[in-house]
Amino acid sequence: MALITAKDLSVGYGGQTVAEHLNFKVNSGDYLCIVGENGSGKSTLVKTLVKLIKPVTGEVKYGDGLMPGEIGYLPQHTVVQRDFPASVKEIVLSGCQSRMGLRPFYNSEEKKLAADNMEKMAITDLANKCYRELSGGQQQRVLLARALCATKKMLILDEPVSGLDPKVTAEMYELVAKLNKEGITIVMISHDIKSAVEYADHILHIGNTIYFGSKSEYLNSKAGKIFMMMQSKDPHAGKPLTV
Amino acid sequence: MIDTLMMYMGYPFVRYAMMVGVMIALCSSLLGVTLVLKRYSFIGDGLSHVAFGVMSVAAVLNLTNTMIIVLPGTILAAVLLLRTGQNAKIKGDAAIAMISVGALAFGYLLMNKFSTSTNLSGDVCSTLFGSMSILTLTKDEVALCAVLSAIVVIVFILFYNKIFAVTFDETFARSAGTRVNAYNLLIAVVIAVIIVLAMNLVGSLLISALVIFPALSSMRIFKTFKSVTIFSAIFSVCCAFFGIVISMLAGTPVGSTIVAADIVAFGICSLIGRFTGAR
Ligand SMILES: Nc1ncnc2c1ncn2[C@@H]1O[C@H](COP(=O)(O)OP(=O)(O)OP(=O)(O)O)[C@@H](O)[C@H]1O
Ligand SMILES: [Mg+2]
Repeated sequence: MALITAKDLSVGYGGQTVAEHLNFKVNSGDYLCIVGENGSGKSTLVKTLVKLIKPVTGEVKYGDGLMPGEIGYLPQHTVVQRDFPASVKEIVLSGCQSRMGLRPFYNSEEKKLAADNMEKMAITDLANKCYRELSGGQQQRVLLARALCATKKMLILDEPVSGLDPKVTAEMYELVAKLNKEGITIVMISHDIKSAVEYADHILHIGNTIYFGSKSEYLNSKAGKIFMMMQSKDPHAGKPLTV
Repeated sequence: MIDTLMMYMGYPFVRYAMMVGVMIALCSSLLGVTLVLKRYSFIGDGLSHVAFGVMSVAAVLNLTNTMIIVLPGTILAAVLLLRTGQNAKIKGDAAIAMISVGALAFGYLLMNKFSTSTNLSGDVCSTLFGSMSILTLTKDEVALCAVLSAIVVIVFILFYNKIFAVTFDETFARSAGTRVNAYNLLIAVVIAVIIVLAMNLVGSLLISALVIFPALSSMRIFKTFKSVTIFSAIFSVCCAFFGIVISMLAGTPVGSTIVAADIVAFGICSLIGRFTGAR
């Protein structure tokens, strides 16, 4: 059974639909990239997947022993107050909150997990630094390490590379690809279609046309072709693609 | 001076005042960090005015044990304030301001109209600015305060990690399945308890000082949640202790003196923060 199955799912806020008739599956080990124009409802969809909001109609089924609370989620915007005192270590450790249930303190296993994930994200030397004094890329890695602490199975990343420079962006993609090879299922929203087709194996396109399928099918589909063409005209979307 | 102090400490009522002052300062500083960070700094103000309003109802009804209705009333207001914060028809800060001034006006109105006391302005003044009643505490009141403070401290320690998670990033906490609403409710209830406790000490106008100053001061110097929390507890306890000592030696009002001590210490912390480059 798939980790996540969406059946005729409509998502939105307060009964108002933003994107509808979504049907897709995420299997264990997949790397799914969600693409679509601004405002097409990508963030709304993943918020529904991590149960921050309720589906308008339809349903999301979780399988293979995946609990919604065990998905590592990286929101599009994490608004942290400028003056919030929190060290990197405290933040990463807070990713273990779903594991600890009602137990009041983190155990040594969770502390080790946090340390391991900081190591993976190469932020161990920042452990005692204050979050607000880090650069955007460093902050993003801290939040990714936190998301990793929350899951053994699946990460949902909402535009993890927005605002990062090309070099750090490339590093971020490599990191995520590495995690995927280690067996973690990835669902990522991205505007960077070039990298999406480079790393992902499945694409979900939402907006005027809805498309779900494997990467190679997408590249040959109408939705894919139009979107790729639009993206390659857009100076921000990276180099034009030759497929 | 030391002799005078020693002589004072010989009296049980002075020791009681000391104990109660320190316990309240400790409790209010613990949650102060969370409240300041959640932009709820003024919930202290709002709730204390509600407590004032309820207290005047109690006074009018001639209840001797005001605690019986003041505590539940304030808790109820805290819960309501928190709910409006989420429903957002009236925004959180506006709701707090409304309830706050409303309760203040209503309370004073009641007291003015129905109070049997001969010294009305004295009564009002002491509820607003804290009274000398801290020096007339009975053993039972001290015991009640001790029990409630102990509960607050234990709850805080047990839920410390959850409180951090919910304060730092509510969205992530929710996605991780943490029951954010329940913890927000818990925070509101604990705050209400602390405020009712602190009314005696500093009065309802100055309560926010006990909540805000320790947190802001230690945020000037420290950068991790844990160190900020620990330091603000120490800060608050020290200020309360010295404030009470000074007020006894100089014969100044207890509440205002404690707040004055807080302000001075805040200044010192700001300077330290500037020199160590923590800002
Ligand atoms: N909290 C909210 N309440 C009501 N409507 C919202 C809310 N957040 C977003 N919307 C609306 O839902 C629509 C989809 O928003 P969403 O954030 O899902 O877009 P997106 O595909 O993630 O766009 P982007 O690429 O800019 O991140 C938008 O039209 C937006 O106005
Ligand atoms: Mg979005």
